[in-house]
Amino acid sequence: MRLRYLIPGIVFALLGAGLVYALMTIQSGKKNPATVPSALIGKPVPEFVLPAPAGFPQGLSTADIKGRVAIVNVFASWCPPCHVEHPLLLDLAKDKSVLLVGLNWKDKDEKLAAWFKEAGNPFSHIGADRDGRVAIEWGVYGAPETYIIDRAGKIVYRLAGPLTEQLLRDEIRPLLARLKQ
Amino acid sequence: MIRRVLLLLALLSVALAGGTAHAAVEPDEILADPMLEARARGITRQLRCLVCQNQSIDDSNAPLAKDLRRLVRERLKAGDSDEAALGYIVARYGDFVLLRPPVKSTTWLLWYGPAALLIAGAVFLLLRVRRRERAAAPAPLDEAEAKRVAALIAGEPRSPRREGAP
Repeated sequence: MRLRYLIPGIVFALLGAGLVYALMTIQSGKKNPATVPSALIGKPVPEFVLPAPAGFPQGLSTADIKGRVAIVNVFASWCPPCHVEHPLLLDLAKDKSVLLVGLNWKDKDEKLAAWFKEAGNPFSHIGADRDGRVAIEWGVYGAPETYIIDRAGKIVYRLAGPLTEQLLRDEIRPLLARLKQ
Repeated sequence: MIRRVLLLLALLSVALAGGTAHAAVEPDEILADPMLEARARGITRQLRCLVCQNQSIDDSNAPLAKDLRRLVRERLKAGDSDEAALGYIVARYGDFVLLRPPVKSTTWLLWYGPAALLIAGAVFLLLRVRRRERAAAPAPLDEAEAKRVAALIAGEPRSPRREGAP
Protein backbone atom coordinates (compact mmCIF):
# COMPACT_ATOMS: atom_id res chain seq x y z
CA MET A 1 0.00 0.00 0.00
CA ARG A 2 2.84 2.41 0.92
CA LEU A 3 4.53 1.54 -2.38
CA ARG A 4 1.52 2.75 -4.33
CA TYR A 5 2.10 6.27 -3.05
CA LEU A 6 5.83 6.04 -3.80
CA ILE A 7 5.34 5.32 -7.52
CA PRO A 8 4.51 8.91 -8.61
CA GLY A 9 7.50 10.13 -6.59
CA ILE A 10 9.81 7.67 -8.30
CA VAL A 11 8.47 8.54 -11.77
CA PHE A 12 8.96 12.24 -11.07
CA ALA A 13 12.48 11.71 -9.73
CA LEU A 14 13.42 9.76 -12.89
CA LEU A 15 11.99 12.49 -15.10
CA GLY A 16 13.88 15.14 -13.14
CA ALA A 17 17.13 13.18 -13.38
CA GLY A 18 16.69 12.85 -17.15
CA LEU A 19 16.11 16.58 -17.57
CA VAL A 20 19.12 17.47 -15.41
CA TYR A 21 21.28 15.08 -17.44
CA ALA A 22 20.08 16.66 -20.74
CA LEU A 23 20.77 20.16 -19.43
CA MET A 24 24.23 19.17 -18.31
CA THR A 25 25.22 17.65 -21.65
CA ILE A 26 24.02 20.80 -23.41
CA GLN A 27 25.88 22.99 -20.91
CA SER A 28 29.11 21.09 -21.39
CA GLY A 29 28.83 21.55 -25.17
CA LYS A 30 28.71 17.82 -25.91
CA LYS A 31 25.34 18.13 -27.56
CA ASN A 32 23.64 21.14 -29.05
CA PRO A 33 19.99 20.65 -29.95
CA ALA A 34 20.14 23.58 -32.38
CA THR A 35 22.74 21.81 -34.54
CA VAL A 36 21.21 20.50 -37.72
CA PRO A 37 22.29 16.94 -38.48
CA SER A 38 23.78 16.70 -41.95
CA ALA A 39 21.68 14.89 -44.49
CA LEU A 40 24.79 14.28 -46.56
CA ILE A 41 26.75 11.97 -44.25
CA GLY A 42 27.53 8.84 -46.24
CA LYS A 43 26.56 10.52 -49.52
CA PRO A 44 28.97 11.37 -52.33
CA VAL A 45 30.39 14.87 -52.63
CA PRO A 46 28.01 17.08 -54.65
CA GLU A 47 28.96 17.87 -58.24
CA PHE A 48 30.20 21.44 -58.65
CA VAL A 49 32.85 23.61 -60.29
CA LEU A 50 33.86 26.93 -58.76
CA PRO A 51 36.38 29.51 -59.96
CA ALA A 52 39.17 30.75 -57.70
CA PRO A 53 38.67 34.13 -56.04
CA ALA A 54 40.73 36.91 -57.66
CA GLY A 55 44.37 36.58 -56.67
CA PHE A 56 44.26 32.85 -55.88
CA PRO A 57 45.67 30.24 -58.26
CA GLN A 58 43.36 27.20 -57.83
CA GLY A 59 39.58 27.05 -57.99
CA LEU A 60 37.66 24.14 -56.51
CA SER A 61 35.61 21.39 -58.12
CA THR A 62 34.40 17.89 -57.28
CA ALA A 63 37.25 16.44 -59.36
CA ASP A 64 39.84 18.07 -57.07
CA ILE A 65 38.41 16.34 -53.99
CA LYS A 66 37.72 12.86 -55.33
CA GLY A 67 40.27 10.14 -54.63
CA ARG A 68 41.89 11.84 -51.64
CA VAL A 69 41.21 12.21 -47.95
CA ALA A 70 40.03 15.81 -47.89
CA ILE A 71 38.86 18.51 -45.55
CA VAL A 72 36.45 21.05 -47.02
CA ASN A 73 36.10 24.19 -44.92
CA VAL A 74 33.24 26.61 -45.57
CA PHE A 75 34.44 30.06 -44.58
CA ALA A 76 34.19 33.78 -45.25
CA SER A 77 36.14 36.88 -44.30
CA TRP A 78 32.97 38.42 -42.79
CA CYS A 79 32.52 35.54 -40.35
CA PRO A 80 34.15 36.12 -36.93
CA PRO A 81 34.33 32.44 -35.85
CA CYS A 82 36.17 31.73 -39.12
CA HIS A 83 38.90 34.09 -37.94
CA VAL A 84 38.96 32.28 -34.59
CA GLU A 85 39.47 28.84 -36.17
CA HIS A 86 41.95 30.10 -38.80
CA PRO A 87 45.15 29.25 -36.81
CA LEU A 88 43.88 25.68 -36.40
CA LEU A 89 43.41 25.37 -40.16
CA LEU A 90 46.95 26.64 -40.71
CA ASP A 91 48.06 23.91 -38.33
CA LEU A 92 46.02 21.25 -40.18
CA ALA A 93 47.57 22.41 -43.47
CA LYS A 94 50.99 21.16 -42.32
CA ASP A 95 49.82 17.59 -42.96
CA LYS A 96 50.39 17.29 -46.70
CA SER A 97 48.78 13.84 -46.95
CA VAL A 98 45.37 15.43 -46.40
CA LEU A 99 43.88 17.79 -48.96
CA LEU A 100 42.68 20.96 -47.22
CA VAL A 101 40.42 23.11 -49.38
CA GLY A 102 38.18 26.11 -48.81
CA LEU A 103 34.69 26.96 -49.97
CA ASN A 104 34.57 30.74 -49.78
CA TRP A 105 30.90 31.46 -49.03
CA LYS A 106 29.27 34.72 -50.18
CA ASP A 107 32.46 36.71 -49.80
CA LYS A 108 34.13 39.60 -51.56
CA ASP A 109 37.34 38.56 -53.34
CA GLU A 110 39.29 41.64 -52.24
CA LYS A 111 38.31 41.24 -48.58
CA LEU A 112 39.39 37.60 -48.63
CA ALA A 113 42.70 38.50 -50.34
CA ALA A 114 43.41 41.19 -47.74
CA TRP A 115 42.69 38.83 -44.85
CA PHE A 116 44.80 35.94 -46.17
CA LYS A 117 47.67 38.27 -47.11
CA GLU A 118 47.92 39.13 -43.46
CA ALA A 119 46.92 35.84 -41.79
CA GLY A 120 48.14 33.24 -44.29
CA ASN A 121 46.33 30.82 -46.59
CA PRO A 122 45.81 27.29 -45.28
CA PHE A 123 44.07 26.03 -48.44
CA SER A 124 45.52 24.49 -51.59
CA HIS A 125 42.29 25.19 -53.49
CA ILE A 126 39.64 27.85 -52.88
CA GLY A 127 36.28 27.95 -54.61
CA ALA A 128 34.52 31.32 -54.76
CA ASP A 129 30.84 30.60 -54.08
CA ARG A 130 29.72 34.18 -54.50
CA ASP A 131 25.95 33.57 -54.59
CA GLY A 132 25.95 30.64 -52.17
CA ARG A 133 24.43 28.24 -54.69
CA VAL A 134 27.08 25.52 -54.25
CA ALA A 135 26.91 25.82 -50.45
CA ILE A 136 23.25 24.82 -50.68
CA GLU A 137 24.31 21.66 -52.53
CA TRP A 138 26.42 20.85 -49.47
CA GLY A 139 23.59 21.62 -47.04
CA VAL A 140 25.50 24.54 -45.56
CA TYR A 141 23.46 26.80 -43.27
CA GLY A 142 26.14 28.93 -41.65
CA ALA A 143 29.86 29.58 -41.58
CA PRO A 144 32.15 28.05 -40.61
CA GLU A 145 31.38 24.45 -41.45
CA THR A 146 33.89 21.67 -41.94
CA TYR A 147 33.39 18.49 -43.95
CA ILE A 148 35.69 15.47 -44.12
CA ILE A 149 35.71 13.32 -47.25
CA ASP A 150 37.09 9.80 -47.61
CA ARG A 151 39.06 8.45 -50.58
CA ALA A 152 35.90 7.13 -52.20
CA GLY A 153 34.56 10.69 -52.33
CA LYS A 154 31.98 10.16 -49.60
CA ILE A 155 31.21 12.71 -46.89
CA VAL A 156 31.99 11.07 -43.56
CA TYR A 157 31.93 13.98 -41.11
CA ARG A 158 30.39 17.41 -40.80
CA LEU A 159 31.00 20.04 -38.17
CA ALA A 160 28.73 23.09 -38.02
CA GLY A 161 30.60 25.77 -36.12
CA PRO A 162 34.26 26.59 -35.51
CA LEU A 163 37.01 24.00 -35.05
CA THR A 164 38.50 23.79 -31.58
CA GLU A 165 41.70 22.23 -30.21
CA GLN A 166 39.53 19.70 -28.38
CA LEU A 167 37.59 18.68 -31.51
CA LEU A 168 40.81 18.32 -33.48
CA ARG A 169 42.34 16.12 -30.81
CA ASP A 170 39.31 14.00 -29.96
CA GLU A 171 37.50 13.67 -33.27
CA ILE A 172 39.15 15.05 -36.37
CA ARG A 173 42.75 13.86 -36.13
CA PRO A 174 41.75 10.29 -35.13
CA LEU A 175 39.24 10.22 -38.00
CA LEU A 176 41.82 11.46 -40.52
CA ALA A 177 44.32 8.84 -39.28
CA ARG A 178 41.72 6.12 -39.83
CA LEU A 179 40.78 7.39 -43.30
CA LYS A 180 44.43 7.56 -44.40
CA GLN A 181 45.06 3.89 -43.65
CA MET B 1 -23.86 53.21 -36.51
CA ILE B 2 -22.98 52.52 -40.15
CA ARG B 3 -19.78 54.43 -39.67
CA ARG B 4 -18.89 52.29 -36.70
CA VAL B 5 -19.51 49.09 -38.67
CA LEU B 6 -17.36 50.38 -41.52
CA LEU B 7 -14.55 51.21 -39.11
CA LEU B 8 -14.78 47.74 -37.62
CA LEU B 9 -14.63 46.16 -41.07
CA ALA B 10 -11.62 48.29 -41.99
CA LEU B 11 -9.79 47.28 -38.80
CA LEU B 12 -10.67 43.66 -39.37
CA SER B 13 -9.35 43.69 -42.91
CA VAL B 14 -6.10 45.26 -41.71
CA ALA B 15 -5.79 42.58 -39.02
CA LEU B 16 -6.44 39.81 -41.55
CA ALA B 17 -4.02 41.27 -44.06
CA GLY B 18 -1.46 41.39 -41.26
CA GLY B 19 -1.53 37.61 -41.24
CA THR B 20 0.09 37.44 -44.62
CA ALA B 21 2.13 40.63 -44.37
CA HIS B 22 4.70 38.69 -42.29
CA ALA B 23 5.97 36.97 -45.42
CA ALA B 24 9.51 38.01 -46.22
CA VAL B 25 9.13 37.42 -49.96
CA GLU B 26 10.55 40.42 -51.81
CA PRO B 27 9.09 41.81 -55.02
CA ASP B 28 12.06 40.71 -57.14
CA GLU B 29 11.50 37.11 -56.07
CA ILE B 30 7.84 36.84 -57.05
CA LEU B 31 7.16 34.77 -60.14
CA ALA B 32 5.15 36.27 -63.01
CA ASP B 33 2.86 33.23 -63.13
CA PRO B 34 0.46 33.56 -60.15
CA MET B 35 -0.28 29.80 -60.14
CA LEU B 36 3.41 28.97 -59.88
CA GLU B 37 3.92 31.68 -57.26
CA ALA B 38 1.08 30.26 -55.16
CA ARG B 39 2.66 26.79 -55.34
CA ALA B 40 6.04 28.26 -54.38
CA ARG B 41 4.50 30.00 -51.36
CA GLY B 42 2.85 26.73 -50.34
CA ILE B 43 6.19 24.92 -50.45
CA THR B 44 8.28 27.58 -48.74
CA ARG B 45 5.77 27.80 -45.89
CA GLN B 46 6.58 24.14 -45.10
CA LEU B 47 10.33 24.65 -44.99
CA ARG B 48 12.19 25.61 -41.86
CA CYS B 49 14.68 28.45 -42.00
CA LEU B 50 17.87 26.83 -40.73
CA VAL B 51 19.28 30.12 -39.51
CA CYS B 52 16.38 31.12 -37.23
CA GLN B 53 14.95 27.57 -36.92
CA ASN B 54 11.44 28.46 -35.74
CA GLN B 55 10.40 30.41 -38.80
CA SER B 56 9.55 29.14 -42.24
CA ILE B 57 11.72 30.38 -45.10
CA ASP B 58 8.62 32.18 -46.34
CA ASP B 59 8.67 34.26 -43.14
CA SER B 60 12.39 34.69 -42.64
CA ASN B 61 14.56 37.60 -43.73
CA ALA B 62 17.77 35.56 -43.40
CA PRO B 63 19.87 35.61 -46.60
CA LEU B 64 19.88 31.80 -46.71
CA ALA B 65 16.06 31.77 -46.55
CA LYS B 66 15.99 34.14 -49.53
CA ASP B 67 18.38 31.88 -51.46
CA LEU B 68 16.20 28.86 -50.74
CA ARG B 69 13.02 30.71 -51.75
CA ARG B 70 14.73 31.53 -55.05
CA LEU B 71 15.83 27.94 -55.45
CA VAL B 72 12.32 26.56 -54.90
CA ARG B 73 10.98 28.97 -57.54
CA GLU B 74 13.75 27.96 -59.94
CA ARG B 75 12.87 24.30 -59.49
CA LEU B 76 9.17 24.98 -60.13
CA LYS B 77 9.98 27.01 -63.23
CA ALA B 78 12.13 24.12 -64.44
CA GLY B 79 9.00 21.95 -64.26
CA ASP B 80 9.42 20.20 -60.91
CA SER B 81 6.31 18.97 -59.09
CA ASP B 82 5.72 20.28 -55.56
CA GLU B 83 7.01 17.00 -54.11
CA ALA B 84 10.13 17.08 -56.27
CA ALA B 85 10.94 20.67 -55.30
CA LEU B 86 10.44 19.85 -51.63
CA GLY B 87 12.49 16.67 -52.02
CA TYR B 88 15.32 18.67 -53.60
CA ILE B 89 15.72 20.74 -50.43
CA VAL B 90 15.19 17.77 -48.08
CA ALA B 91 17.93 15.80 -49.89
CA ARG B 92 20.38 18.57 -48.98
CA TYR B 93 19.22 19.63 -45.54
CA GLY B 94 17.48 16.53 -44.19
CA ASP B 95 14.08 16.04 -42.56
CA PHE B 96 14.91 18.77 -40.06
CA VAL B 97 14.15 21.33 -42.77
CA LEU B 98 10.51 20.23 -42.80
CA LEU B 99 8.39 22.08 -40.24
CA ARG B 100 5.97 19.13 -40.27
CA PRO B 101 8.01 16.01 -39.50
CA PRO B 102 7.32 13.05 -41.81
CA VAL B 103 5.66 9.93 -40.38
CA LYS B 104 8.29 7.17 -40.26
CA SER B 105 9.44 4.57 -37.76
CA THR B 106 11.72 7.05 -35.96
CA THR B 107 8.89 9.56 -35.53
CA TRP B 108 6.11 7.16 -34.50
CA LEU B 109 6.58 8.08 -30.86
CA LEU B 110 6.20 11.73 -31.78
CA TRP B 111 3.10 11.24 -33.92
CA TYR B 112 1.27 8.49 -32.04
CA GLY B 113 2.73 8.92 -28.55
CA PRO B 114 0.14 11.45 -27.30
CA ALA B 115 -2.81 9.39 -28.59
CA ALA B 116 -1.34 6.22 -27.08
CA LEU B 117 -0.86 8.02 -23.76
CA LEU B 118 -4.45 9.26 -23.84
CA ILE B 119 -5.84 5.79 -24.54
CA ALA B 120 -3.63 4.21 -21.86
CA GLY B 121 -4.86 6.84 -19.38
CA ALA B 122 -8.51 6.20 -20.28
CA VAL B 123 -8.10 2.43 -19.91
CA PHE B 124 -6.34 2.88 -16.56
CA LEU B 125 -9.09 5.18 -15.31
CA LEU B 126 -11.86 2.85 -16.48
CA LEU B 127 -10.31 -0.13 -14.70
CA ARG B 128 -9.81 1.91 -11.53
CA VAL B 129 -13.42 3.09 -11.49
CA ARG B 130 -14.75 -0.42 -12.16
CA ARG B 131 -12.70 -1.86 -9.33
CA ARG B 132 -13.79 0.85 -6.92
CA GLU B 133 -17.46 0.30 -7.83
CA ARG B 134 -17.13 -3.38 -7.14
CA ALA B 135 -15.43 -2.70 -3.81
CA ALA B 136 -18.15 -0.22 -2.84
CA ALA B 137 -21.02 -2.66 -3.60
CA PRO B 138 -22.94 -3.56 -0.34
CA ALA B 139 -22.00 -6.84 1.30
CA PRO B 140 -24.83 -9.41 1.51
CA LEU B 141 -26.83 -9.37 4.77
CA ASP B 142 -26.02 -11.89 7.46
CA GLU B 143 -28.79 -13.94 9.10
CA ALA B 144 -29.62 -11.54 11.96
CA GLU B 145 -29.78 -8.55 9.61
CA ALA B 146 -31.98 -10.44 7.17
CA LYS B 147 -34.44 -11.25 9.96
CA ARG B 148 -34.61 -7.65 11.09
CA VAL B 149 -35.21 -6.41 7.55
CA ALA B 150 -37.94 -9.01 7.04
CA ALA B 151 -39.58 -7.92 10.28
CA LEU B 152 -39.47 -4.25 9.27
CA ILE B 153 -41.02 -4.98 5.91
CA ALA B 154 -43.75 -7.07 7.58
CA GLY B 155 -44.83 -3.89 9.37
CA GLU B 156 -43.83 -4.05 13.01
CA PRO B 157 -43.30 -0.43 13.96
CA ARG B 158 -40.52 -0.08 16.56
CA SER B 159 -42.00 3.15 17.88
CA PRO B 160 -45.57 4.37 17.72
CA ARG B 161 -46.27 6.71 14.82
CA ARG B 162 -47.98 9.95 15.43
CA GLU B 163 -50.87 10.97 13.17
CA GLY B 164 -49.95 13.65 10.67
CA ALA B 165 -46.22 13.25 11.03
CA PRO B 166 -44.37 13.18 7.70
